[in-house]
Amino acid sequence: MTYHSWGRFPPVTQQRYYPVRSQVDPVDWESIAGTVLPYGLGRSYGDSCLNEGGTLLLTTPLDHYLLFDAEQGILRCEAGVSLAEILEQIVPHGWFLPVTPGTKFVTLGGAIANDVHGKNHHRAGTFGRYVRQLELLRSDGSRWVCSPEHHPALFRATIGGLGLTGLILWAEITLKPIYSPQIEMESIKFRHLDEFFDLSAESDRDFEYTVAWVDCLSSGNSLGRGIFMRGNHSHEPAPLITRQKPKLRMPGNAPNMLLNPITIKAFNFVYYHKQRQRVKPKTTHYEPFFFPLDAVNQWNRIYGKRGFLQYQFVVPDDDPQVITGIFKRVAASGQGSFLAVLKTFGDVPPAGMMSFPQQGITLALDFPIRRNLFDLLDQIDDIIRAHHGAVYPAKDARMSATNFQAFYPQWEDFATHIDPKFSSSFWRRVTK
Amino acid sequence: MRKMLIIGATSDIAQATVRLWAKAGDSLVLVARNPEKLNILQADLKARGAPVVETITADLNDFDRHEAIIQTAITKLGELDGVLVAHGILPDQKQCENDYSACEAVFRTNFLSVVSLLTPLANYFEAKRQGVIAVISSVAGDRGRRVNYIYGASKGGLNTYLEGLRYRLAPAGVTVLTIKPGFVDTAMTAHRKPKGFLFAAPETVAKDIDRAIRTKKGTLYTPWFWWWILLVVRHTPEFILKKINV
Ligand SMILES: Cc1cc2nc3c(=O)[nH]c(=O)nc-3n(C[C@H](O)[C@H](O)[C@H](O)COP(=O)(O)OP(=O)(O)OC[C@H]3O[C@@H](n4cnc5c(N)ncnc54)[C@H](O)[C@@H]3O)c2cc1C
Ligand SMILES: NC(=O)c1ccc[n+]([C@@H]2O[C@H](COP(=O)([O-])OP(=O)(O)OC[C@H]3O[C@@H](n4cnc5c(N)ncnc54)[C@H](OP(=O)(O)O)[C@@H]3O)[C@@H](O)[C@H]2O)c1
Repeated sequence: MTYHSWGRFPPVTQQRYYPVRSQVDPVDWESIAGTVLPYGLGRSYGDSCLNEGGTLLLTTPLDHYLLFDAEQGILRCEAGVSLAEILEQIVPHGWFLPVTPGTKFVTLGGAIANDVHGKNHHRAGTFGRYVRQLELLRSDGSRWVCSPEHHPALFRATIGGLGLTGLILWAEITLKPIYSPQIEMESIKFRHLDEFFDLSAESDRDFEYTVAWVDCLSSGNSLGRGIFMRGNHSHEPAPLITRQKPKLRMPGNAPNMLLNPITIKAFNFVYYHKQRQRVKPKTTHYEPFFFPLDAVNQWNRIYGKRGFLQYQFVVPDDDPQVITGIFKRVAASGQGSFLAVLKTFGDVPPAGMMSFPQQGITLALDFPIRRNLFDLLDQIDDIIRAHHGAVYPAKDARMSATNFQAFYPQWEDFATHIDPKFSSSFWRRVTK
Repeated sequence: MRKMLIIGATSDIAQATVRLWAKAGDSLVLVARNPEKLNILQADLKARGAPVVETITADLNDFDRHEAIIQTAITKLGELDGVLVAHGILPDQKQCENDYSACEAVFRTNFLSVVSLLTPLANYFEAKRQGVIAVISSVAGDRGRRVNYIYGASKGGLNTYLEGLRYRLAPAGVTVLTIKPGFVDTAMTAHRKPKGFLFAAPETVAKDIDRAIRTKKGTLYTPWFWWWILLVVRHTPEFILKKINV
């Protein structure tokens, strides 16, 4: 069995695996030649969870809860527990994750190492802000219980630390109270990006969760049209149920041609026009609201064997024309993006040294791997760099070392916290 | 809400099984040799909903303590509704062929220690006239194989012992379940790479064990297809087994 990243790109050929079976005697360091990298559920898209030529420390066997305080809303568990399992555990007791990414199939360790964000970034900031403490294992065998008070520098380096500062054995997080599993949401159609910015400004005040889907293939007048979604946890008490397993599964890899510019355009067209009225209110369970894609197991195979890439960046929001310009470029390139997700990030300070989010606008685009794709992305990288933005390492497989170092000028300081035995395909690529 | 004793509780198969019981609200006493692993498991089962989780640290090769362990377990929960015995070792067959003491260690841990533990437990449940005794054996006990017959013999002895015990305790209304897993992806088989499609997750095996206990089954092959595999294996003539290297 080979462990890939979610985009199934880049392909890996030479990787060894070491399951971390217990917190007690977790790793026999002597037995591992070369470098190691923790690997959770592999929901990172590119090469930040890969270690070509080295060993992956598989963390999912670290799946014990260590403490659940249902009164105070505090959960301590081992790093391989998934957010899906955590929800099963806490929702029936009236608690929710303080920050939820777009899939629940990520581990606690992975959520910390990429300092993930969710639809509530404008209010809540990133996942790392809710980590009260964690224990880090270093390759010299030493263990460090880190928190904002204890070993704060190592703590900040580990949050968003891309798995390079050591192996997180467990972490303790603060939960958020809920009275119902339902989300009261509205979907609002917008015709172009100006409307998006207005909606965003208006909604960020009153809505805890906001995000937009954009049709990035339409051009001219309908350039930047899309659907804006906003929601709040319902305050109407309701039975605290979690939903069950996904019903659908991709039976195998789709042919490489399935997602071509024509099918993608058709999809986006139908998706936009499916909704008739401009504003559609709805009460829905949190599952489809937060995790629409989790309903299909292994949906990444829809992109075929060649794999795909997600490209996510953030730019400061002082100049909306930057985003419009990027949309124009993508539309003109003919590189179809199946999913384009747009959101405003708030000014909550980053929790980690290398955290990706910063105040501004973030856009995530999915691209099947095709010729000329990397040229297009290199051009966009340069625009982002010129506007002091950044590209998200959790989704990257191709940004240049020069651009990475410009996006994250603190990388050299960060490097002083890296465990000498830890490395990743990503890190070698962007620091060479 | 049952009161269950789990011996060898830190085994991966046992942990997956006992999590189901914690969720169902059963009270638990755990016996294992590693106190740190035991503490972690205790915390985990409490978080998952077990109202009571008690622990006893013991190396099960220390037979002199067995009676006391069983007594302590009964005292801690007041009474017992059932026991799951899970501990075991998978030896290096080649080493066993050259070293009798290695064979003896296998028989002591996999077979004799279970007999020693079940002697007081069988009498306890027989007197109580209810209860379930579930023991993890292995498909390896059904037939001798050149590649692992020492382990196989320890499990084979266990199977015969449990079969007899089942007949003895049936009139008292006590069930004896012999659990025969195939390949399971656990610490015991960590050295086996790559893991073929025959390897099951401990969670899959755990669900089968839980169901078999609740339905008072006598023998369980898990996952189910091992029943068919062993049906063929048990009927394979010896002259064939002499020729093929399995
Ligand atoms: C459909 C989908 C939607 C997504 N939506 C979002 C989103 O909304 N917001 C967002 O921020 N991200 C999002 N992501 C990305 C995803 O949340 C991150 O990539 C996350 O880190 C994946 O976690 P994982 O457990 O799969 O870790 P992996 O991908 O296996 O690893 C990620 C990183 O964590 C490190 N790591 C893992 N475990 C440990 C440990 N125990 N100790 C130290 N380091 C460790 C690894 O070394 C690696 O650097 C999405 C991904 C998908 C597939
Ligand atoms: N895995 C398979 O493919 C497979 C197949 C068929 C049958 N089985 C059987 O299933 C049972 C459980 O094994 P597993 O697969 O879950 O592997 P496992 O995780 O290695 O479990 C074996 C357990 O036995 C414990 N143990 C061994 N010697 C002991 C002693 N002297 N005192 C106390 N505890 C002792 C170990 O304790 P520590 O945790 O302290 O090491 C370990 O927890 C075993 O009886 C095994 O033979 C397994």
